[in-house]
Amino acid sequence: MAELKLSSIVKNFGVVRVLHGIDLTVKNGEMIVIVGASGCGKSTLLRIVAGLERSTGGTVLIDDRDVTTLEPAARDIAMVFQNYALYPHMRVFDNMAYGLRIRGLAKEDIERRVQEAADLLGLSTLLDRRPRELSGGQRQRVAMGRAIVREPKLFLFDEPLSNLDAKLRVAMRAEIKRLQRRLGVTSLFVTHDQVEAMTLGDRLVVMHEGRAAQIASPMEIFERPADTYVAGFIGSPAMNFLPAYITEDGKAARLSDGNILALPPGQYASHPGRKVTLGIRPEHINLPGPLRLTTDLIEPLGSESVVHGRLASGETMALRLPGAPPSAAVLEIAPRSEHLHAFDAETGKRLPPPA
Amino acid sequence: MAEARNSIAAPMGMAGSNPRADMLTHIILVLGVLLFALPIWIVLMGSTHDAGTIGRGDVPLLPGAEAAANYSAVWSQGNMRRAGVPVSTMMFNSAIMALLITFGKIAISIISAYAVAFFAFPGRMLFFWAIFITLMLPVEVRIFPTFQVVSDLGLVNTYAGLIVPLIASATATLLFRQFFLTIPDELVEAAKMDGAGPIRFFKDVVLPLSATNTAALFVILFVYGWNQYLWPLLVTTSTHVETIMVGIVKMLGSQGDTEWHLVMATTVLALLPPVAIVILMQRWFVKGLVETEK
Repeated sequence: MAELKLSSIVKNFGVVRVLHGIDLTVKNGEMIVIVGASGCGKSTLLRIVAGLERSTGGTVLIDDRDVTTLEPAARDIAMVFQNYALYPHMRVFDNMAYGLRIRGLAKEDIERRVQEAADLLGLSTLLDRRPRELSGGQRQRVAMGRAIVREPKLFLFDEPLSNLDAKLRVAMRAEIKRLQRRLGVTSLFVTHDQVEAMTLGDRLVVMHEGRAAQIASPMEIFERPADTYVAGFIGSPAMNFLPAYITEDGKAARLSDGNILALPPGQYASHPGRKVTLGIRPEHINLPGPLRLTTDLIEPLGSESVVHGRLASGETMALRLPGAPPSAAVLEIAPRSEHLHAFDAETGKRLPPPA
Repeated sequence: MAEARNSIAAPMGMAGSNPRADMLTHIILVLGVLLFALPIWIVLMGSTHDAGTIGRGDVPLLPGAEAAANYSAVWSQGNMRRAGVPVSTMMFNSAIMALLITFGKIAISIISAYAVAFFAFPGRMLFFWAIFITLMLPVEVRIFPTFQVVSDLGLVNTYAGLIVPLIASATATLLFRQFFLTIPDELVEAAKMDGAGPIRFFKDVVLPLSATNTAALFVILFVYGWNQYLWPLLVTTSTHVETIMVGIVKMLGSQGDTEWHLVMATTVLALLPPVAIVILMQRWFVKGLVETEK
């Protein structure tokens, strides 16, 4: 258990800068999920914390000890890899015990720790198997076990669920969360899956092009996304965006087709006439309303339906409606005012800026 | 012609669906096996007859009565032309040479491949290409400079002179390197996180994973070492380090005085170790294939 502190982490690959100064403090026992699209630098950041990659600038502190230049083994951390990276020629027991043997623990201690971890993960009956005799989920558990037995200060997870099928992924997700709570180990979890990020993280770091676009709790990010990238990345289907102008009194927004939508009160008085991008999530749209949406695709999901369509002004929109899909070809819809988001049209930053 | 086409088409189509094509395939296979096996059979049979049979120009296809006498004669005494050099000595020399070449080659090439595949050091690619290019130089090209060096070092007629120049192996290094490149980076990183240094990683992970490849190489290199002829011929003049391949050739006389029955018995004996290695290691090789994976 420990506190991890990253300050202004910069990484260049040749002339390309992939991390532009990341600051992050992970509190004792906290689970932070780093989420972003491919190539946003999230894995690089994790590998810098692990010591597998050397940062170009900045410092990594674990419990106030500067580990920036230390070898991975000297950092007292454990990592779970995407492909599990189990030693194929070793039994499950030896896979988990290997790191402990290298550290020179006594035989009884090793056996006790491995046995405890195996009990915790339901691997007790599999200790004599080789990795290839295990299913994907079991391999995943062995990889977790290998991290747990080390009793490290920090857990690092590098997209550990990506290779599992959908059902197993949901089950392992819950298991990881439970385990992390129970062990109380400070954890850093990298994923590209926003659902995984929302469900696992105490806080999320949404990365975009080598920068932390927003660092906040899952609900904070969902309710008050810092910019259009975060707003579009978190939530499914993605948030709808409409160009608009804030009216002179700051109480409403005028869409390009002339329709006026009321804004949440008291927030935009200082931005009269400003050109903005309005954001509205698919689930925050009611029927009926002033906007006419011509539907072109309906996805029934059972308890709800996702409707894709086009406004009279040409913008595409998606909405989630409870119950059976609507039969009408043209829907009259009303975005709910209290859930409207406004972003600066030029910079994409949230208006007003998050506190 | 039509039959040949048929037998080629059969395995590509539905196997076993055409009994006539199947039979043809088997006939061709059996003919092929006979073609390869016949000379060996003749040698085997020839080694069981007395000196007179082959001397008369007969090619016996059935066993004779002299097997025990012939084999014990060559094993303990050699033959008339080479009195005093029993085949057992030559076999022992060949075995020493082949085994040391094999172990030496594997040991050196696996550690050089480890260095080239896993470590970033200045001139890494230069070293790799230097090793790679020597692949293209046949032994014969550099045999006189090599002989000069060995002779200057006073290693003529020694095991060291026989073995050391044959140990460096570009092929084995290249094979191991290619295999090492298939070991996933994540495995290397997992070992780093576990605290394994380079030597531990080599010992605990790379060596066990290479077992299958090493077994395959062992077979190839042993046969290579056992069959060496030109270099032993040059570097050994004394009989106590003579190898079996050189010995067999020296048994052949230019006049009519070659004791063919003894030459054939020696040939059969010379065949046994490589055959044994192939059969033994093949079982191990398959076992390795089944039990490990990356």
